[in-house]
Amino acid sequence: MTYFQADNLCINFGGIKAVDGVSFDVQKGMVFTIIGPNGAGKTTIFNLVSRIYEPSDGRLLFEGRDITRVPPHRIAALGIARTFQNIELFEHASLLQNLLLARHAHKKSDFFSELLFLPSVRRMEVEHREAVEKVIDFLDLQQYRDSLIVNLPYGVRKVTELARALCTDPKLLLLDEPSSGLNVEETEDMAFWIQDIRNLLGITVLMVEHDMKLVSAVSDRVLALNYGRPLAQGSPQEVQSHPEVVRAYLGG
Amino acid sequence: MTAARRDESGARLAYFVLTVRQASWFMNHRSYRRAADPHHGTQGWKRGRKLADFLQLTLNGLAVGCIYGLVALGFVLIYKATELVNFAQGDLLMLGAFVAYMAVAWWGLDYWLAFLIAIAIIAVFGALLDAVVLRRVIGQPQFAVVMLTIGLGSMFRTFASITWSTEERTVTSPFSGVTQIADLTLRHDYLAIVAGTLLLCGLLYAFFTHTRVGIAMQATSQNQLAAYYMGIPVKLIFSLIWAISAGVAVVAGVLLSPTGTISINMGLAVALKAFAAAVLGGFGSIPGALVGGIIIGLIELYGGRVLPDGIKDTAPYIVLLLMLVVRPQGLFGTPGRKKV
Amino acid sequence: MRFLFKTSYQQDIRLFRDWTDAAWYGLLAAIVLLLPAVIHPYYVLETGLVFIYAICGVSLMVLVGFTGLVSLGHAAFLGIGAYAHGYMLSQGFPWVASAALAVLITTACGLVVGLPALRMTGIYLAIATLAFAVIIQEVFNRWTSVTKGFDGLPVDMPVIFWVPFGKIDFYYLCLFFLVLALWLTRNLLRAPTGRAWIAIRDSEIAAQSMGVNLAIYKSIAFAYSAGLMGLAGVLFAHYVSRIAPDTFDILLSIQFLLLVIVGGLGSLHGAIFGAIFVVLLPPFIKILRDEIQVAGAVGRTISDFLGKPGVEAGIFGLILVLVILLEPLGMYGRWLKTRVFFSAFPMYKRATFRRQKTYMRSERLR
Repeated sequence: MTYFQADNLCINFGGIKAVDGVSFDVQKGMVFTIIGPNGAGKTTIFNLVSRIYEPSDGRLLFEGRDITRVPPHRIAALGIARTFQNIELFEHASLLQNLLLARHAHKKSDFFSELLFLPSVRRMEVEHREAVEKVIDFLDLQQYRDSLIVNLPYGVRKVTELARALCTDPKLLLLDEPSSGLNVEETEDMAFWIQDIRNLLGITVLMVEHDMKLVSAVSDRVLALNYGRPLAQGSPQEVQSHPEVVRAYLGG
Repeated sequence: MTAARRDESGARLAYFVLTVRQASWFMNHRSYRRAADPHHGTQGWKRGRKLADFLQLTLNGLAVGCIYGLVALGFVLIYKATELVNFAQGDLLMLGAFVAYMAVAWWGLDYWLAFLIAIAIIAVFGALLDAVVLRRVIGQPQFAVVMLTIGLGSMFRTFASITWSTEERTVTSPFSGVTQIADLTLRHDYLAIVAGTLLLCGLLYAFFTHTRVGIAMQATSQNQLAAYYMGIPVKLIFSLIWAISAGVAVVAGVLLSPTGTISINMGLAVALKAFAAAVLGGFGSIPGALVGGIIIGLIELYGGRVLPDGIKDTAPYIVLLLMLVVRPQGLFGTPGRKKV
Repeated sequence: MRFLFKTSYQQDIRLFRDWTDAAWYGLLAAIVLLLPAVIHPYYVLETGLVFIYAICGVSLMVLVGFTGLVSLGHAAFLGIGAYAHGYMLSQGFPWVASAALAVLITTACGLVVGLPALRMTGIYLAIATLAFAVIIQEVFNRWTSVTKGFDGLPVDMPVIFWVPFGKIDFYYLCLFFLVLALWLTRNLLRAPTGRAWIAIRDSEIAAQSMGVNLAIYKSIAFAYSAGLMGLAGVLFAHYVSRIAPDTFDILLSIQFLLLVIVGGLGSLHGAIFGAIFVVLLPPFIKILRDEIQVAGAVGRTISDFLGKPGVEAGIFGLILVLVILLEPLGMYGRWLKTRVFFSAFPMYKRATFRRQKTYMRSERLR
């Protein structure tokens, strides 16, 4: 069954068609990458999936359900998580608090029991902390647990973005340029983590990337975009050798 | 309550009120109100002369609104460039009015010379404020910097009360006098306000669109980093914007002075309404600031005549709240959203 | 140097980090409880005002410091709580019922303000709260059947369950409510609600992506903050013993904002420090003025200067400016730095607390 499907997505920003008739589907357990030059609409598609933008046309289907009109704060509960290209972490909180916040969609307490901090709330806090610690172990973030985000270097922040998305217990993970700003070693680490996420954690990954090595190493399927319109779709090798893609994006 | 406790509670209340109060909006507010509308407080239109009365109120409201619009303009200029709100704008108005007064009354200078000197002094002061104080707080949350300007405003008022004492003074200007056209009383100082506002806005428009510095200012306010890359001296531009904003406040202050009395707290009352005016117009919009100011001025004048006692002082704020509920970005503002 | 060895997750969830912290707070509690026995009754009442202001500080800290929603008219809620309580007492309501209803009414008003505020951002929200406060102040003036207008609404010392409260009893009452407010707020802050607030402050879009319903949490922030102000208003009514409408003007709201900034934005300790500062500064200036007169001609000039009208407000302004320029973390930040200095001595590095250079990050859509 198609796990996630975008069907003829369109969005206009005052006359500019930022996304124009993009359709693709993602099978469960695969890594699907969207490539294209800057301004092609890749992040806009992500914003459409996370429901930050309203599409002017088209549908989004996840696990068979139409999620085109779901309000943005319900997306996490459905099992879709995302990272942000320009790092939208909570700067003045500690790393641990950032990750604990990601568990919000799974919280089971209401305002009044939190107000009195009943034992049920205490138990829930410990449960969430245990879940978060698993992700910290997975991504080796132990030493930064209590640091404020403002004090962390860029590479660690990128990993924290990934960690925070993982803490929401997602079924579908949207990664927006996970390797941008990372050096060769950090990009290799990121590649291993993405593979682990798919193989060990069983999470489906939808990715936007510029680094072609990473794309070839990790992706199962690739979609190339230009000016909001799809150019080619297929396996990484097929798309990278497609003449139009080469002309528009990869260069001779 | 025993007598002792009454005394004590009275003293506590007095102490409390004195330590907390510094300005009394409505008291100060009333001196300009009386000037703007001699029939203020009487309900209903003057019988038999409705049209003339309405026109009179409109003209006066226009003048009052221009003052609010000028101060709102100062707010918006700084906000567009630096995303900070300068709550001391009203106090710069007050300082400008007092410097001009001092130049005329203490140094015996000519009115126009005093006007120019006041603009020059306060504009330089504004630029220095930016260079010395505001530059150090870039990167801090917007709210903290707004509080900084509130603190500065308080310091300006204290400085003024020490230098010039707290008594209200009257100011003379070349525009004292009236012209009667049929039933309309055209006060020269009100005409000066409207004319001065138009002139100033025309100058600013020409400056922003036709000079290199003005265009550089527009660029800096839209994209700071790109402006740096283009070789624009961003910090200097910010100081210039502050200087212009302060100068605008001084013009408003000097134009306002002859219509009532000048006092330490005159800036506070005006600034509050001007703030509402800027928000009404949409905080990022320069024409919006003026339009907002005029609307507030007109509401104040019409409302003062027509509305019952309880509502007329708060009418501008009620309109503001309604506007914000219906259209949160103001009349000309664009709904902002973070790009991720 | 004291190291904190963490052996269980409970340590991060608990109220106090370890036994040493708890001991220090215990000492503070002992001092505060025994204070009325050692100082003059007038100062006991002033310390009661510190507690009331601290509750106001906690209220504003929740809204501004933790959720990032600026309110320029919060004194209006104080007034609503005070007037509601005073009016109901005058109608013969028992104290507990009157206080509880006053808090509920203020909370409801907070919701009413919060709902339209959901659509507004930053500066628009601030001016909307300001407009609301101006309107409410006019309501206080005009609704004379309830508020008695400029004459003032008289309120006696509380009589709870037929027990009349004297000044020292009132002190303990304020202390009790302050501790209650602190405990409830601390509970919220270590639970999902508090984290959701911080998320809204730092990045609304990311908060939404994590499942935080912005509308609900902003409303809760407004309602809870207003409720705390209502509680402070109940106590404030007894403190002033005659409620006047122009007490609750914008200057009082600005004083509260000054309180949270000077105290230290973003921490509950900041509310306490700020309250101490704001209440104790005016008497401190007065004492300084009296003492410094004896120090010769220079002393007399300074004393004259301090005695001029309006200087006190200027000093508040100056301190506000200095705090924002030099110590943005406020009094609590300075306290933390001093503590780290002493505990890390001689290895304290000034750069420990140095902030990263940040460029202006625009709030607007580009």
